[in-house]
Amino acid sequence: MNQHFILPGSYKKWTIGLIVAGLVALLYGFIMYHPFAHAGHGENVNSTRFWAVLLQNSVYFLLIVNAAMFFLCATTMAMGGWQASFKRVTEAVSSAVPLLGVLTLCIIMAIVWGGRTDIYHWLDKSAVAHDKILSGKSGFLNPVFFSIFSVITVVLWWLLGKKMRSLSLETDNKQLSFEEGKKWIWDNTVWASLFMVVFTLSVASTIPWLWLMSIDSHWYSTMYSWYTFASSFVAGIALITLFVIYLKNRGQLEYVTEEHLHDLGKFMFAFSIFWTYLWFSQYMLIWYSNQPEETKYFVERIGTAEKAGPFKGIFFFNLIINFIAPLLILMKKGTKRNWTTIAFMAVLIIFGHWIDFYQMVMPGTLHDKAEMMPFEFGIPLLFIGLIMWTVGKYLSSHPLVAMNHPFLKESIIHHT
Amino acid sequence: MAGIKKFVVGAFDDEAVLFPAVKNVRKAGYKIHDVYTPFPVHGLDHAMGLRETSLHTAGFVYACAGLTTALGFMSWVFTKDWPMNIGGKPHFALPAWIPIAFELTVLFSAVGMVLTFCYLCQLAPFVKKHHFHPRATDDLFVMAIECTDKTNESEVTNFLQFAGAKEVNVQVAESGWWIGRYDKEQVLYREEEF
Repeated sequence: MNQHFILPGSYKKWTIGLIVAGLVALLYGFIMYHPFAHAGHGENVNSTRFWAVLLQNSVYFLLIVNAAMFFLCATTMAMGGWQASFKRVTEAVSSAVPLLGVLTLCIIMAIVWGGRTDIYHWLDKSAVAHDKILSGKSGFLNPVFFSIFSVITVVLWWLLGKKMRSLSLETDNKQLSFEEGKKWIWDNTVWASLFMVVFTLSVASTIPWLWLMSIDSHWYSTMYSWYTFASSFVAGIALITLFVIYLKNRGQLEYVTEEHLHDLGKFMFAFSIFWTYLWFSQYMLIWYSNQPEETKYFVERIGTAEKAGPFKGIFFFNLIINFIAPLLILMKKGTKRNWTTIAFMAVLIIFGHWIDFYQMVMPGTLHDKAEMMPFEFGIPLLFIGLIMWTVGKYLSSHPLVAMNHPFLKESIIHHT
Repeated sequence: MAGIKKFVVGAFDDEAVLFPAVKNVRKAGYKIHDVYTPFPVHGLDHAMGLRETSLHTAGFVYACAGLTTALGFMSWVFTKDWPMNIGGKPHFALPAWIPIAFELTVLFSAVGMVLTFCYLCQLAPFVKKHHFHPRATDDLFVMAIECTDKTNESEVTNFLQFAGAKEVNVQVAESGWWIGRYDKEQVLYREEEF
């Protein structure tokens, strides 16, 4: 049983193919879009586009793989046993955090220290000096604080996640006695709660402010971080589900049944609705109070009653793909227990929230110059390929089932 | 239809005994009227061969009715019947109506489902229900087997005792009171289910 999963050749081919396709797109952008051209706002649209697309994709994919560790820690703290049978998949997804974290840090450091004021307007020192709002925020929005805080956060995600994974791998070669099992669960709970504190203070508050919300640097919303978190969490669950379905298809994960699929489907359903709740709360309060400094964010996207904005289509497509579709398709019990439907919905949700991040980043940087061309679709392939590579490496180098997990029995007999 | 019926009632004190008993009773061809448990027992409906409830479909229909009522009424009031200028907003102010539409959706589906549930279980104020065993609300799992003219009660009694029931007795009760009494559909026992 403890034999390792051998990655099929098709998986490796796809991984390499996606990485190569992504690298081609990156190289194309690098040559054609002059990424190091002068960074004035609206001056070199193509170089802005290069960095905006990289920012959108790196942050999106980093947050969704990190959401896997959040899922693991949340279930650990809640003493949840049902996920034990596919725990290794969750860990595998989260093992992509170091690689994507380093990439993301490189990209945002290049943006910040390259003085790309077209991405982050608050980098423009002369503008900040004459701007009451921006100078008020400058204690928080300045390159030094931004960089230090980002590095610390990513390193903490990485180290705490690594600790959680190594705790799990420890049990592979030894049977735990009752007392040892209790102690092991306790250790897990302690480390999971530490991760949770860091996660809350980063993903659920400061990190989306720094990385994404500061693009629209005059604007702020207290809903924004929760909204980003919900977006990344539901996509993270979808990603875990995809890998679970893939492995099940390959005849692995013998203890995963329709019951587990049903619960993962419930998570996708519930957090799609949670995302909508936050999306709507943010939208309605701003729409209702109708303050110019707040409505600016939506005017840039959907426009006004007189003139439609450049992102109107994407803005409402976002709502349809991330709310209406999961609501109506995942509502029935039968669809949540159907492997094909869930696989389809997982892909749809990951794509939908990628669109969501697209409309978070593009309006503030490119305005009406944003595009949906092969470059925009090529860069995510690189990140998907890298995720597949790290996940595949983790899955093939460790046993796929945590056989000595104290709650494994609970997961095997799990019944929704 | 309402009618006086005879039941053989067995009380079990262990879930682990109850499940094989349910299986064997169905296998022997007796008709289980119902099993009363102090708490929801996972998988018991499946073991009893009950069909999936359609209560949630009813809930969906009520929710759609609630959503339509809310949006229909508000749009009629604010665009046709009594248009008002509220903060310069358009008369058809959809975002402002969403919370109310949501509330009515939830209200309709919740109340509708409770009433439907009461109908299906034949519960209503002032209706006396026959209790097969008072400890069904405390610590016993109570199985009632419906008898026909041809049923040999002592045989069923013995069967239940053999299946592990702690107490077995024969009771007479009225089986339904409402028009179109909801007879729980039961699938015939099949070996491959288990």
